[in-house]
Amino acid sequence: MSIAALSAELRSSRKDETITDAENRNQGNMWVIFLVAFFGFCYWQFISYKDKILPEAASAHGPKIDKLFYITLALITIVFIGTHIVMVYQTYNYAGKKGNRATYFAHSNKLELVWTVIPAVVLSGLIAYGLTVWNDVIYPGDKKAMVVELYSKQFDWTARYAGKDNQLGRYDFRSIGTGNDLGLLEDVKNDDDVIVKGEMHLLLGEPVQFKFRSRDVIHSAYMPHFRAQMNCVPGMETMFEFTPTITTSQMREKLKNPKFNYILLCNKICGASHFNMQMDIIVDTKEEFAKWMSEQKTWAQTQSASKQTASAITPIAENTSSN
Amino acid sequence: MSAIETHDSHAEHLVKDVQQGHAHEHDHDEDEHHHETFWTKYVFSQDHKMISKQFLITAVFMGVIAMLMSIVFRLQLAWPGKSFAILEPILGKWAPGGVLDPNFYLALVTIHGTIMVFFVLTGGLSGTFSNLLIPLQLGARDMASGFLNMLSYWFFLASSLIMLFSVTIESGPASGGWTIYPPLSALPDAMPGSGLGMTLWLVSMSLFIVSSLLGSLNYIVTVLNLRTKGMSMTRMPLTIWAFLVTAILGVLSFPVLFAAALLLIFDRSFGTSFYLSDIYIGGRALEYNGGSPILYEHLFWFLGHPEVYIVLLPALGITSEVIATNARKPIFGYRAMIASILGIAFLSFIVWGHHMFITGMNPFLGSVFVFTTLLIAIPSAVKAFNYITTLWKGNIQYTPAMLFAIGLVSFFITGGVTGLILGDSALDINLHDTYFVVAHFHLVMGSAAIFGMFAGVYHWFPKLFGRVMNKKMGYAHFWLTFAGAYGVFFPMHFLGMAGVPRRYYSNTEFPIFSDLVDINVLVTWFAILAATAQIIFLLNFFFSIFKGQRASQNPWRSNTLEWTTPVEHIHGNWPGEIPEVHRWPYDYSRPDREEDFVSQIEPLTEKEMAEGHH
Repeated sequence: MSIAALSAELRSSRKDETITDAENRNQGNMWVIFLVAFFGFCYWQFISYKDKILPEAASAHGPKIDKLFYITLALITIVFIGTHIVMVYQTYNYAGKKGNRATYFAHSNKLELVWTVIPAVVLSGLIAYGLTVWNDVIYPGDKKAMVVELYSKQFDWTARYAGKDNQLGRYDFRSIGTGNDLGLLEDVKNDDDVIVKGEMHLLLGEPVQFKFRSRDVIHSAYMPHFRAQMNCVPGMETMFEFTPTITTSQMREKLKNPKFNYILLCNKICGASHFNMQMDIIVDTKEEFAKWMSEQKTWAQTQSASKQTASAITPIAENTSSN
Repeated sequence: MSAIETHDSHAEHLVKDVQQGHAHEHDHDEDEHHHETFWTKYVFSQDHKMISKQFLITAVFMGVIAMLMSIVFRLQLAWPGKSFAILEPILGKWAPGGVLDPNFYLALVTIHGTIMVFFVLTGGLSGTFSNLLIPLQLGARDMASGFLNMLSYWFFLASSLIMLFSVTIESGPASGGWTIYPPLSALPDAMPGSGLGMTLWLVSMSLFIVSSLLGSLNYIVTVLNLRTKGMSMTRMPLTIWAFLVTAILGVLSFPVLFAAALLLIFDRSFGTSFYLSDIYIGGRALEYNGGSPILYEHLFWFLGHPEVYIVLLPALGITSEVIATNARKPIFGYRAMIASILGIAFLSFIVWGHHMFITGMNPFLGSVFVFTTLLIAIPSAVKAFNYITTLWKGNIQYTPAMLFAIGLVSFFITGGVTGLILGDSALDINLHDTYFVVAHFHLVMGSAAIFGMFAGVYHWFPKLFGRVMNKKMGYAHFWLTFAGAYGVFFPMHFLGMAGVPRRYYSNTEFPIFSDLVDINVLVTWFAILAATAQIIFLLNFFFSIFKGQRASQNPWRSNTLEWTTPVEHIHGNWPGEIPEVHRWPYDYSRPDREEDFVSQIEPLTEKEMAEGHH
């Protein structure tokens, strides 16, 4: 359309204020077309991705969360579809027409009561159910859990296993230095601790209690397959406990993907390389785990080794962050 | 009573001005709004209608910038690492070789969010429509304080300019996300954007808060004191109820954000430790001791959650008005609508913890916030059902404003229902900070509020500029934007369910996300479609200001008072006496009337009085 034609059209009088019957009809029809297309789009998206969303839960509490999720999802899908159908029925059916007249219907206490009480009842159920699941997840059973510290910094993760005594030794951020990334202090409880990077191993069927720490900014330890997440906050220790239920090799078979790995990723914006702050998680059977653990050095062992070769070590720049 | 008297004498004074023209000499107040020059009329105006236009045009400009930013980062998300030749000349060192820099990606995400939430949907939406409609729909000559109103705009403009300027500086603008959680935002060692860029962000937001408070106090005082005779609280249009409650939310919550920002400024510049403790960065242990970032999160979300409703309530108010007018029916359940606005407003202050379920906050506290959060669904459901019932047996006139208002209801439902998932702490564990959240709030508060704003612009354009926007272009704008917005935000739910975190520069580092690349491509194409549709709007908007069809006095055959004022803007709004109000604003299609609308200024008939009409 040329500017001149456009300007002529814009100037012709009154027509932008009054909507003709044909226009009302067209727009009324458009709503129906929209709804069909929109529902079609939603369905197509759901079918395309239904195997990729919400990967199978690999923790004991995971299925409980998933069940709550799917029940809530079903409920809101019904509300979403129902209200849209009713709304579009009105927008189609009551498209304006000259000579037609709207019905004066200003209020009805009965209707208001219906759509206050029904949501209230349904929500009470959802709240009660949701809180039950939340309590199950947050306050797990009494079974003694293996303690693992997850230490975050820009932009990687370190795991520290509590060792034979299952107790983490003391630390102080002022003691961080070359060879002591976590700032561990002189403490016998530290001696048997095992520190690993790159990948960590968990034990099938055994609860693991994570204690999270951060060196610099807030990070978030997100382990989507285990339905687990907790922020890592500088100056404060946070916790999350769960029990892995499927080993890595079982999951690889299930997914027919020999390269599959569980992951830990950072889910709180933390700087330029936030998008690549990750660690692999391997869930082992008892034998596999024992074997892997026996190959790791304890803190005491690495300390004495580093003392022996101290003169040979080139100091490594501590911070590799930002740019 | 005394307030009304004062008001009336002020009104008479203004009426005299208007009637006798500006040539007449006063023997008092020598230079009060006389000798109108370009500067007093268009720039340092104290007239609420001009200030409203200033807010609107500024917000449109800011909105365009923020939208373009989103297109730039959407390109990176759909085609990570691909070189776009157009980016380097525009962004310079932030896109070497046409590939977006990861730090600048975060900067764009941050500034896009900040501008959209604060400058477009808070300043822009309330600034435009509260200013325009509060005096006009209540029958007031102007705001309670024209001067404070003017200051409110100038603080807004200053904060907008500082925010835009921060994008151009050497070290880049604030990049820690629009929520600017410390320590990331407090330590320049953590990211370059936390240097001067963050300082400018804080300065800009402090000015913004001043602007918001000046505006809000003015709105509250005007609504409470300057209503014309007969305009009782329960005869106010729902727009005004929404603006009033929004202003109250703003006054109660923005000072808390100001406190949060102030403490952050102290930590950044004066060595205090409100938010910082036990930090080792840049190769050294910092001296901060004893602070907690969780404190910041509490303070931030104490504003942050009411802020959602500061954004949404005005849009809902506008929708109530537009839907009733164009369905030619009374808004269904007027009092229930007021009650639900008040209910939402009250609850909005006790739900902030649902942003913090997995921050390490006591899990029991999390349970309490689950309870309060899910309760908000009740008044929200009441509103949605009332809108839909208002359409029932209507005689719907599809003005572009009406389309946008119905579109808002759709977004409000689609985005709202997923709140039941995110508000449930157990489910939030797995979805927190994923694209599911991005999908949720972009639909329920982003798209819904911007559609409310569009509805308002199309509906009150005749009141703003004396002309009507082109209808056909309005239709095209609506359907393309509607399809575009759903195309962008609906697929993001699936990304979120698959565990894709937000604020990731690219997802290519994770094999588990490689199946999902095509969602991002689809989303980006829809984003480009939606952005293109805004060109239609901008052309229509600016063209119609100058060349649009001239509006008649009451183009939509509406009941409210603003349509009893002349099309041309005059000081004091009504040339003669301010009309008296005799009835509520929603007498559409009364069976006993020939016309399908009855202006609020029409006296009640005897029959109506006998019926107990209010």
